[in-house]
Amino acid sequence: MPAATEGLTTPAERRAAIPALELMDLRVGYGRVEVLHDVTLVVPRGAVVALMGPNGAGKTTLLNVAAGLLEPTQGCVHVSGIHVNGVAPEVFARAGVCSIPEGRGVFPNLTVRENLRVFSHATSYSLGHLEAVAFEHFPKLAERRSQLAGTLSGGERQMLSMCRAFTSEPVILLLDEISMGLAPIIVGELYEKVGQLAASGIAILLVEQFAAAALGVADYAAIMRQGRIETVGEPADVAGSLSEAYLGRLSA
Amino acid sequence: MNLILSYAVVGLVLGCLYALTASGLVVTYTTSGIFNFAHGAIGMFMAFTYWQLAVGWHLPVPLALALVVLVLAPLSGALIERLIVRPLYGASLGITLVVTLGLLLLLLGLADAIWPPVTTRQLPSIFPGQFRVFSVVVTFYELMVLVVSVAVAVGLRFLFTHTRVGITMRAVVDDRDLTARAGASPVRTAQLSWALGASLAALAGILIAPLQYLDQFNLTLLVVTGYAAAVVGRLRSLPLTVAGALLLGLVQSFATGYLPTNLLSDIGPAIPMGLLFIALLVRRQERLTQARLTGQRSRRVLDLKPSLFLAGGFIALSVVMSEVLSPGNLLTYGQGIVLGVVMLSLVLLTGYGGQVSLCQMTLAGLGAFCMGKIAGGNSLLGLVAAVVLPAAVGGLLALVVLRLRGIYLALATLAFAYSMDYLFFNHFLGFGGILAVGRVAAQSQKGFLVEASVLFAVLGVGVLALRRGSFGRRLAALNDSEAACASIGMNITAVKVTVFVVAAGIAGLGGALYGGWQGQVGPDDFQMLTSLILLLLVTLGGIDTVGGAFAAAIFYAFSPVIQRHIPISNFQLLAVGAGAIFLGRNPGGFAGQLSLVADRLRLRAGSAGVPITAPAASSVDGAGSRSGAPSGEAVRLAGSH
Repeated sequence: MPAATEGLTTPAERRAAIPALELMDLRVGYGRVEVLHDVTLVVPRGAVVALMGPNGAGKTTLLNVAAGLLEPTQGCVHVSGIHVNGVAPEVFARAGVCSIPEGRGVFPNLTVRENLRVFSHATSYSLGHLEAVAFEHFPKLAERRSQLAGTLSGGERQMLSMCRAFTSEPVILLLDEISMGLAPIIVGELYEKVGQLAASGIAILLVEQFAAAALGVADYAAIMRQGRIETVGEPADVAGSLSEAYLGRLSA
Repeated sequence: MNLILSYAVVGLVLGCLYALTASGLVVTYTTSGIFNFAHGAIGMFMAFTYWQLAVGWHLPVPLALALVVLVLAPLSGALIERLIVRPLYGASLGITLVVTLGLLLLLLGLADAIWPPVTTRQLPSIFPGQFRVFSVVVTFYELMVLVVSVAVAVGLRFLFTHTRVGITMRAVVDDRDLTARAGASPVRTAQLSWALGASLAALAGILIAPLQYLDQFNLTLLVVTGYAAAVVGRLRSLPLTVAGALLLGLVQSFATGYLPTNLLSDIGPAIPMGLLFIALLVRRQERLTQARLTGQRSRRVLDLKPSLFLAGGFIALSVVMSEVLSPGNLLTYGQGIVLGVVMLSLVLLTGYGGQVSLCQMTLAGLGAFCMGKIAGGNSLLGLVAAVVLPAAVGGLLALVVLRLRGIYLALATLAFAYSMDYLFFNHFLGFGGILAVGRVAAQSQKGFLVEASVLFAVLGVGVLALRRGSFGRRLAALNDSEAACASIGMNITAVKVTVFVVAAGIAGLGGALYGGWQGQVGPDDFQMLTSLILLLLVTLGGIDTVGGAFAAAIFYAFSPVIQRHIPISNFQLLAVGAGAIFLGRNPGGFAGQLSLVADRLRLRAGSAGVPITAPAASSVDGAGSRSGAPSGEAVRLAGSH
């Protein structure tokens, strides 16, 4: 992955070369139990990185660190080159990290409009503009605008949570298993939207079980196992080690 | 007809006052998830502050009013959130209860010290005068209460549905982390809601106060009746809360109007609590909750041998004390021991079982009642009855409140204790409210002290044995996750009822001993407030250890001695209150702190410094087994031998 800034001349070029997200030598634990050991991962500006690996590998933990919900015991978190260790998660959000947690990215007891209202904390746009953007991308939500988010279908709920990515124009988007429990056709639609977001220049770090869906949009893939990143590379290169990570190594 | 209307107006005004209180309570509860037992006390304190400004320092009434409601109350609310509430996010319910109860006691004690109740104080009337509507006299004060309440209701409605900050407050209720991910600060939002809640409490306190003289205790409890309204609103819905408050006010007003005077004086004060009890019982059953990890480690339960050893040591200590202490100090020491027995019941029920009870002193009172009434007041039969009757009442109470959990269970036991104060202890103790209670076996002061100490020691060893056994494991599992217990087919009902029965029996025995030690008991001995202080004391000591009950008993015994040497009045109230509000940082209490130190020493001794790796990892992301057999093993791996 490109990480060096040498050889670049203009400030604009240099700025463009600063990665959207850098996680450097992270050690993270719950209490005395360490779950991430020396993890380093860089998401270049505008790139899509798929993070894969079996259950319990530490993928969600890594995303939570990148979202500011967990503080690493060691190592640094940089968002567009800014050191953000130890600040509150809402500051991460305002610094340009948009994190959508697995399966619960909406406020169930708030209406769709009220959800958008809360989402507006991370942007400076007016509510009217946010609604226009959200409903343009997900017309279905417009019909449901006064409905409680908890009464939406699973797909609609995931669309509503994806609205935050479109309305807040983040530097880096963290997606945790957006396909969870959804019909394949809806997963397809959602990944179309992920593709759009990526095309608009937003860097994306996504955790996904559907390897095919994730590798389809990803520029790079990283495989995690037991709290370590084992392989990083282009999707074609890691496809082989993927099945090994999930199913175990064939030992002679 | 006119009479009905008059009572309706009075009831409506009362209802509005309750609505103000209850909505403040609901606002703070929903956004911070912490039920503020001190809400009424904040209102009381602010009403006194207002009196100080307006009457004491002769500030103009509007200025004093604005200063209190718009500046001082929100500031203190925000300060309370910052200093006391913030360490509580994620703490167990028992701790959050005890901390806000501690704040209540602290404010009561402070108000008592700053404004000694030797003089009567009355708030200036804001709008004197009255007018007539359909020949019903309405005072301007009543009109003002109506107008202010409607304005507040409309304002809150607007805030929560049409402003971003209000919607964000509701968002925090739904999902704290997601609110932060969306870029809003949940902590700031909660702080704002505490400021708003304190402001509403102050407004309610100031508006309620003119109905009577300013009195710390009454004012605090008058606001407590707002709890009933909040429960009608399921602690979430403001419209339902307001409806409940109006109903409460009307019922109370009509009861005042139409009940015969003698009946009214008997049950009148218990009406709000009765309604609270009913409101709790007709609630929809809540879903079984999943556990979350609340601590880093599980507490070690003492084995039989060391517990016998410590029990022997304790009896020896009491024998020595009975010889060396002066009669006055002996009296307080003994008081600590007998109340320690009641606290043991809390260790079992609340510490191990997680069932928060605010009525253990009521059950103790029933014990003292049996002891004093049956067969001359000093018979073994009376002592047996003192165990059996409270146990039966405890079992009945358990069956009634079976489906209540957490905060609702605490409120139900509070309502029970409060109602019993008025319905039972004020009437049935005997002539002049004093009931003589005798002793069984040892009659001398020293002999009875040793007898009580032996009983405390035996019960302590017994409670520990119970905790180590299969019932104790089930109890601890229940405390952890009712959902998990139900899913493995455990009979939750049986465990709950059993623990209530056993704890009530212990409390009853403690009550009988208490009566025997004092020689007589009165209604003041078993007030709800005493139950609260007891719960706070034992939590300060460490509610999930028998040693905690012992530490609390000793503190109780010696606080009057300390009181004699310092110039601050209400030392016990202030110390307990101040201690309790710091429990958010040390939830294990005194005994927990001690065992931490012991663990650290053991680690340093290097006998086994095995770091927790795999076994503990499962308890982190799993059901968080803070107790029970598996985690006990994990801790043994990590800690000792």
